[in-house]
Amino acid sequence: MDFDLSSDQKMLRDTVASFVKKQSTVERFRKLREEGKGWEADVWAHMGELGWLSIPFPEDVGGFGASFVEVYLLLEQLGTTLVPEPYIPSVVLAGMAISKGGNAGQHDKFLTPMIEGQTSLAFAHAERGNRHEAGVVATTATKSGGTWSLSGQKVFVLNGHRADRLVVSANTPDGVGLFVVDGSGPGVTRQTVRTIDEQGAAIIGLDGAKVDDDRRLGEPGEATVALIEHVLDYGAAAAIAEGLGVCHTMLEMTKAHLKEREQFGRPIGIFQALQHRAVDMFVELELLRSMAMLAAMSVDSEDVHERRRALSAAKVKLTTSGRFIAQQAIQLHGGIGITDEHDIGLFFKRQLVLDKLFGDDVHHVQRFTDLPDFAERT
Amino acid sequence: MDLSFSAEHEAFRKEVRGWIAEALPPDLRQKAELDSQFSHDDTMTWHKLLHAQGWVAPGWPEKFGGPGFDATKRFILTEELELAGTPTLSPFGLSMVGPAIMQFGTPEQQERFLPKILSGEEVWCQGYSEPDAGSDLASLRCKAEDDGDHFVVNGQKTWTTYAQYADWIFCLVRTDANVKKQAGISFLLIDMKTEGVEAVPMLTIGNQPAFADTFFENARVPKANVVGQINAGWTVAKALLGHERTLLAFVGSSRRNLRRIKRIAAETSVGGQRLLDQPAWRGRIARLEIELEALRMANYRTLARAQLGKAPGPESSILKLRGTEIYQQTYELAMDLMGHDALSWFNEPGVIPDHEQWVGPQYCYQRAATIYGGSNEIQKNIIAKWILGLPSK
Repeated sequence: MDFDLSSDQKMLRDTVASFVKKQSTVERFRKLREEGKGWEADVWAHMGELGWLSIPFPEDVGGFGASFVEVYLLLEQLGTTLVPEPYIPSVVLAGMAISKGGNAGQHDKFLTPMIEGQTSLAFAHAERGNRHEAGVVATTATKSGGTWSLSGQKVFVLNGHRADRLVVSANTPDGVGLFVVDGSGPGVTRQTVRTIDEQGAAIIGLDGAKVDDDRRLGEPGEATVALIEHVLDYGAAAAIAEGLGVCHTMLEMTKAHLKEREQFGRPIGIFQALQHRAVDMFVELELLRSMAMLAAMSVDSEDVHERRRALSAAKVKLTTSGRFIAQQAIQLHGGIGITDEHDIGLFFKRQLVLDKLFGDDVHHVQRFTDLPDFAERT
Repeated sequence: MDLSFSAEHEAFRKEVRGWIAEALPPDLRQKAELDSQFSHDDTMTWHKLLHAQGWVAPGWPEKFGGPGFDATKRFILTEELELAGTPTLSPFGLSMVGPAIMQFGTPEQQERFLPKILSGEEVWCQGYSEPDAGSDLASLRCKAEDDGDHFVVNGQKTWTTYAQYADWIFCLVRTDANVKKQAGISFLLIDMKTEGVEAVPMLTIGNQPAFADTFFENARVPKANVVGQINAGWTVAKALLGHERTLLAFVGSSRRNLRRIKRIAAETSVGGQRLLDQPAWRGRIARLEIELEALRMANYRTLARAQLGKAPGPESSILKLRGTEIYQQTYELAMDLMGHDALSWFNEPGVIPDHEQWVGPQYCYQRAATIYGGSNEIQKNIIAKWILGLPSK
């Protein structure tokens, strides 16, 4: 048992930490928000040059061949300053779907340009009626000759409004399939949706969108549903990692505020009621960190039940610990915490998004209790 | 990062599990199954069996008669014992005064006391708290006055857990009343048979005589029984608190209670449906299980650092705090599952199922978990000051 980082892992963490400190502070996020820009293509390309977009993919598809622990380390750091580039939708979701579900030709065509930072991707699975269920898809795919025709609606597609390509789930006569669809192809409409964290998402309308059969990832049916569930688990592990960074910053900001803010002629951090609240936040943060590590170490597991158990437990913890930390962070900041001018609210809102993505606590408690050994396991 | 245990450690876990299955006497096994209360004699029987196996003090170095296990083996042994529900050995000798004597004691004290702690021949209790010195421990007043080569001890200790079974008590006593309060305290070992020492058990809300008031009236104690320097007892006590904090994560005990919770939920039906099959109960059980899982991972992080010989990280400070809360919550959930059965109080067998008998009393008694070992509020004060760096004045 070992929770230490290798020297390569430490170097990665330190490089990303230095990047967020020097090149992507919260001020950058704030500026992009004001300008309505979302994220920047040249920063994305820079991440590609640094090799960050290749981390979880095997070497034979042009990846770095690292474990998900490296992704966890990177995302935790990106979370500390709200870096808005679409790492989760592009690398973790669509990237993993193509990497695991696609063939060599598809890797070359769709994954490689993304790894190089030239394109970005999105994963369009969620629908009004499916929440986070992997196998429930109302969007249809029908085949005529060598071409598929996709119809339906996808909601809250992260980076869906900007992605060059979308990985779309659709129901075929043989079960659920995944298809790589051009973001601006015919039959595809994209409605940008403003989100609480101002990072945006899209509603994707598919109205007979034509997709060649060589853009189908693997075989529709059970294997694809299993892949979608695995991709959503990668998403959950990623959200937990980023959420850890977000929560870390909220505690740091709160500690600083308690030391600096004076009332009754002394720093408010002297008051025990506030000290104990800050300690409660710290306790939750350390528990969340422990579970983020568990999630990162378990998400590649071939044992589906172990993976589900670990990921669902960790995602519940992100919801419960994350919400507690975020709410108390605002409370301990007092009135200034309610203003848009103060950064704490930006983190508060990002946490809420990560909390909802890939299943909240109710969803994951349900999945946890559905495990076949729930009745006996301790 | 890697979650797996080494082959050597996995083999050790197997060995421990196999040994417990063989060694635990049938009457103790039955009590473990039912979560009955172990008597003092039960506990000492188990102490002696563990001692014969060489495992009674897994953390003690070979020099002092321990097996010198590494941190992971210690953890595995503790976890397996807790999971099997074996009697919890008294920590006062093995985990508290023993290590204090190793660290601060003279060679004569080490030779005199350590072997009998190991063998269980001498049982210890702890004399810290007083009626007016609980969380503010340093304001203790039980005094030891200089009388040549002896101290004369007068005063009262309280909440002395199982003092009625103890042969010895380690006490914090005031040896200098004219200095800053922490500076006038000594760490003194007192034979309970000394004239003028009397332990009076009191009933807890769990209906067990777990606590005692211990009175000292002109009790003469040799000065040779001071551990560390005279007036340096606070240093010894602080070192001991560090040992205690990592003892109190209760991961194994809470996991065992989770097993009990699932058993009660499986064996209790309401409206023709097992509680274990009812979504509301499943959800509550799962949420507690998930909290316990997070604690277990935090405990693993602490363990992994210790295994590498590193100082405890910030995560270790949360173990007592969260571990005791979760331990209490396991009894709370078990009680809730039992419905009005939870209200039964020491009735004849058959009134409620045998394995539920101790849940109510334990729910009551274990309110102590968040109070002893430095109350959780004191723990929070410590974390606020030393880890979060918040101002204290």
